[in-house]
Amino acid sequence: MTFWTCRRRDNLIGYLFVAPALLGSLAFVLIPLAMVGWYSLNEWNVLGGTFEFIGGENYKQLLNDEKLRDSLVATAWFAAGLVVLNLSLALLLAVLLNQKLRGTTLFRTLFFSPVLVSLVAWTLVWQLMLQPEGSVNGLLGVFGVDGPNWLRGDTTAMVSVIVVQVIKNVGLNMVLFLAALQGVPAPLYEAAKIDGAGAWRRFRSITIPLISPTILLTSIITIVGSLQVFAQIAVLTQGGPGTSTTVLIYYLYQQAFQFHHFGYGATISVLLFVIVAALTLLQWQMRRKWVLHES
Amino acid sequence: MSRLLALVVTALLALTACSGSSAQSGPKSLRMTVWTANEAHLKLLNEIASEYKASHPDVTEIKFDSIPADGYTTTLTTQIAGGNAPDLAWVLEESAPDFVSSGALAPIRAKVEKADELVPSATKLWEKDGELYAYPFSTSPFGLFVNTDLVKELPATWEEAVAASAGKNLVLPDFKYQNWAVLSAIWRGWGANAWSDDGKQCGFASTEMKDAMTFVHKAIFTDKAIPGPGTTVDFFAGNAAMAVSQISRAGALKDAKFGWTLVPLPKGPKGDYAVIGQAGVGVLKRSKNAEAAADFLGFFTNAANSAKLAQFFPPVRQSLLNADTLAKSNPLIKPEQLQSVVIDGISKGVVKPSHQGQEELNQTIRAALDPLWKPDANVSQVLDGVCAKIKPLLERQ
Repeated sequence: MTFWTCRRRDNLIGYLFVAPALLGSLAFVLIPLAMVGWYSLNEWNVLGGTFEFIGGENYKQLLNDEKLRDSLVATAWFAAGLVVLNLSLALLLAVLLNQKLRGTTLFRTLFFSPVLVSLVAWTLVWQLMLQPEGSVNGLLGVFGVDGPNWLRGDTTAMVSVIVVQVIKNVGLNMVLFLAALQGVPAPLYEAAKIDGAGAWRRFRSITIPLISPTILLTSIITIVGSLQVFAQIAVLTQGGPGTSTTVLIYYLYQQAFQFHHFGYGATISVLLFVIVAALTLLQWQMRRKWVLHES
Repeated sequence: MSRLLALVVTALLALTACSGSSAQSGPKSLRMTVWTANEAHLKLLNEIASEYKASHPDVTEIKFDSIPADGYTTTLTTQIAGGNAPDLAWVLEESAPDFVSSGALAPIRAKVEKADELVPSATKLWEKDGELYAYPFSTSPFGLFVNTDLVKELPATWEEAVAASAGKNLVLPDFKYQNWAVLSAIWRGWGANAWSDDGKQCGFASTEMKDAMTFVHKAIFTDKAIPGPGTTVDFFAGNAAMAVSQISRAGALKDAKFGWTLVPLPKGPKGDYAVIGQAGVGVLKRSKNAEAAADFLGFFTNAANSAKLAQFFPPVRQSLLNADTLAKSNPLIKPEQLQSVVIDGISKGVVKPSHQGQEELNQTIRAALDPLWKPDANVSQVLDGVCAKIKPLLERQ
């Protein structure tokens, strides 16, 4: 009986194959994640160099933090606005560009190109365009509309941040939807047509169910992405005016890196992690209800 | 006996030097974080460093690490948190209370040449219990730059300044409706302050502050003198009548295509006053080469090098604070302007507001002041709101 049975040798080879990926995620995902959990139980004064265990104090502060409540509200508005606008626009564009017409390739390229642009460069250009005398208001002026100071109004600032982000990323979801739409078998539409179904009915009863796995995928990606928006806020509004656009990630950054409360910052990241995990789990559970082939 | 004592002390010193876990022997390399990337500034810094290295062969490298001024302190503290602290660092006046009180900086008084001749109003911010924790290498008073092509008569009061620049722009280049502390250059003229001297009482709800801010609000929205939120006007390109800025900005006017002059800040209802912005350079206690870094800091700021640095960074040494010395290195500014704006400014000036936990206060005040920057704002109500928001922060210290 030798130690190196075929089975054991195969297992070892298998482990060796996954080792690089496993080590990578251990070093860059799991260990940092555990450390964030550990930091959240400590008071860490970076400047003074003190690191003191305080148990659940940071979590207690979480419950009594008014600014945190404001930032959760801002995050919810941002996420809701972004997800609804992004997904519906992406689907609309995908349906329009799925037609066999001349010029669709050009438009597909146009709508997808912002995805390839550097995020910060994109945001900086928009910051200039959204100034009171910027090109957005210049364009509105042509139609006789006196545009607002976009980035300084409570509501308009939030709307601006959402729209800038939607235009940046809508192309990605559009491409995913396009691929899904092209996978819908044409005979189904023909059969429905013969049965007398109109365009809307065909869309609702054939297209939507058949592309529902993609809708699930894009909605998970978009929701998770919307909770992690940072650069746009940092460049466009710095969380203002007031705290109207201080979303959770930006608040976390302020607490940890600007106010030097690294322990409390870590606590907020734990909260963010829980929120993202809960939302994803919820969507995953709900898929049985509405995603084709999943029930 | 005394020889024996000296021997024992030397032996002890040698022992501690060897056993000190952080001290490093052998060739040393120093890194100083700075927020300037200006070529002329860096050239001078490197010249001083080369001179020091020539006489100190154990120091093999002195590197000036430029970090953008925007987010400078955040980057610096992130480096410290990541265990990658520089040996020396420039520190902004607004971060001074945090850096000095936290124990992040090493004491340096013993290393500073002729420390007694430093102007007390300039070192106050960098001291704790009689010890100096950073050298105020740049103490730059605020003054009023006037575009003489656009304004014929120099204003003596704020009323005149706003009247003369109505529709022609009176700019505060660093304000941007974010850095509210710059407004102290105006509100000190009303005798207002962000908080009391001990830092415990909020000053935003005071009558003086309300009067001053009502004036500022009117200058923006009624008189159209100060450009509104989101509008950028560049004085240094000749697009504005006046600018409230620090003397160290005069360099930007070297190739100006318009006539300009520099005058002290206009008078407010409370008369004459001056406001200064400051920057210190300190040694990080956690640096492996803290001793060598402090030694270099002593050299960097000695009288001879301070005189060289004076062309960019106004000095705080009494011996250098005279119009003749300053004129040599500031060819753009006339001696009488240097006297009235720089020398008088440094000796009677108050430093821009700073407090422990400044960054949190900054953001909180910035957010609470945002409603003020609208044409129909209720100034008094907004300012009361600022105090309500920052009261817990001021009391926490």
